Amino acid sequence: MSGMTRGLKTALYEKHVRAGAKIVDFVGYAMPMEYTGIIDEHRRVRSTIGMFDVSHMGEFYLSGGGALGDLERITTNRVSALDEGRVQYSAMCYENGGFIDDLLVYRLPDSYMLVVNAGNKQKDLEWVGSHIGSRTELRDASDETALIALQGPLAEKALAKVAGESAASLGYYQSVASKVAGREALVSRTGYTGEDGFEVYIEPDAAGPVWDAFMEAGAEFEIEPVGLGCRDTLRLEMGYALYGNDIDEKRTPVESGLMWITKLKKGDFIGRDAILELKQDGPKESLIGFELKERGVPRHGHRILSEGREVGVVTSGTFSPSLEKGIGMGYVARGTDGPLEIEIRNRTIPAVVVPLPFYRNGTVRSR
Amino acid sequence: MSTQDLRFTQSHEWLKMEGAEALIGLTDYAQGELGDIVFVELPAVGTHVDAGDVLTTVESVKSVSEIYAPVAGEVMDVNVALDDNPDLINSAPYAEGWMVRLRVDDASSVDSLMTADDYEEHTKG
Repeated sequence: MSGMTRGLKTALYEKHVRAGAKIVDFVGYAMPMEYTGIIDEHRRVRSTIGMFDVSHMGEFYLSGGGALGDLERITTNRVSALDEGRVQYSAMCYENGGFIDDLLVYRLPDSYMLVVNAGNKQKDLEWVGSHIGSRTELRDASDETALIALQGPLAEKALAKVAGESAASLGYYQSVASKVAGREALVSRTGYTGEDGFEVYIEPDAAGPVWDAFMEAGAEFEIEPVGLGCRDTLRLEMGYALYGNDIDEKRTPVESGLMWITKLKKGDFIGRDAILELKQDGPKESLIGFELKERGVPRHGHRILSEGREVGVVTSGTFSPSLEKGIGMGYVARGTDGPLEIEIRNRTIPAVVVPLPFYRNGTVRSR
Repeated sequence: MSTQDLRFTQSHEWLKMEGAEALIGLTDYAQGELGDIVFVELPAVGTHVDAGDVLTTVESVKSVSEIYAPVAGEVMDVNVALDDNPDLINSAPYAEGWMVRLRVDDASSVDSLMTADDYEEHTKG
């Protein structure tokens, strides 16, 4: 059962407590796991609007004449293809191709902003810092940045009431500086849920007022604050990888289905040679999605069997509130075919490989 | 509802004596901690359990939890309604959310379990 956390707190922590959130420790941060229940909150995001505090994420700024070239070497996606105002999903890999982290790269007017996983902030900062040249400046703005994610099919309607037209009319994976509830903000049409929505970067002092303004603007759409619990079920229904579960230092873009953010033809970048070789040889394992054919909940670490033989391990699993069945992802040996079983404690539950995403009715690309 | 006629364990099971048999479930406090329950693995009727044995396994969205037999006895019945509506444990933990009916080996073994007041103290800690 949950204990006390003495972790770092975001600017919105007191609001979460007052709202009755169940607080858990997440990579050192005291974060809301759920307010009313994960399933209710999940459905809130799928049907109207849910609002997340994800201020624990890390934000770095790179600027100067060397920033583009350095980022092109450090990240796997093609940074030069990013027009001003665009956002890109990308990754950083070691020389051996293993993931350091997955991240978002924002091209802003005078700099690039990298948004990284909370648990990897320090590691990423050191890595980036040691791989940039003298013409590039790196600034860690994580502690001066709060982040609110407004997610759901009606998110645009709520945002439009408190932000400028330039923000509400953003296209998918675009960003713009805009006032939100009278505060300076960077708004992007991004998210991790499979629904349309926005992420709003603000100073910590503005987090409370902006949160309240969204609650008020979204009231007619039945907006609710939602926690990290449903963030995980929402992203897993979309087959989005979670660092530490589905991707880590031992996995590369080749077997994890992330070659679409890995541009081998863009020129040299850290990890390219290893990734190219692995791609040519073919990976031993690949990440698949599966659903259970009987009741049960697969979890990280459960063994995946085929005809009674272990062929892989579950990296993420949950009960899908949308599909109302157990779903999961895991790496299985290449050539694994046919029915699977998931070993859940003392039972084996039949499962079948399904294409990702699990959930196909999301509004994410409606703009 | 009143929980004064129930007995409790440190591991958050409740027990209600009905003659020589006991209804067993998960406490309101525990269901709140677990969150949305989506699957319950019930024991086979006729199984004999000792106090402390795993009686059922309860899966919530975010975690899995084992429910222990508060006392020794034989499983006489299980709440099959939980197969289709495991969330009854969330919505009515002391009523429709009961899990197992046990024929208690030794009625006096119930005396050592916590009273409602003891349990309330326990969960405050």
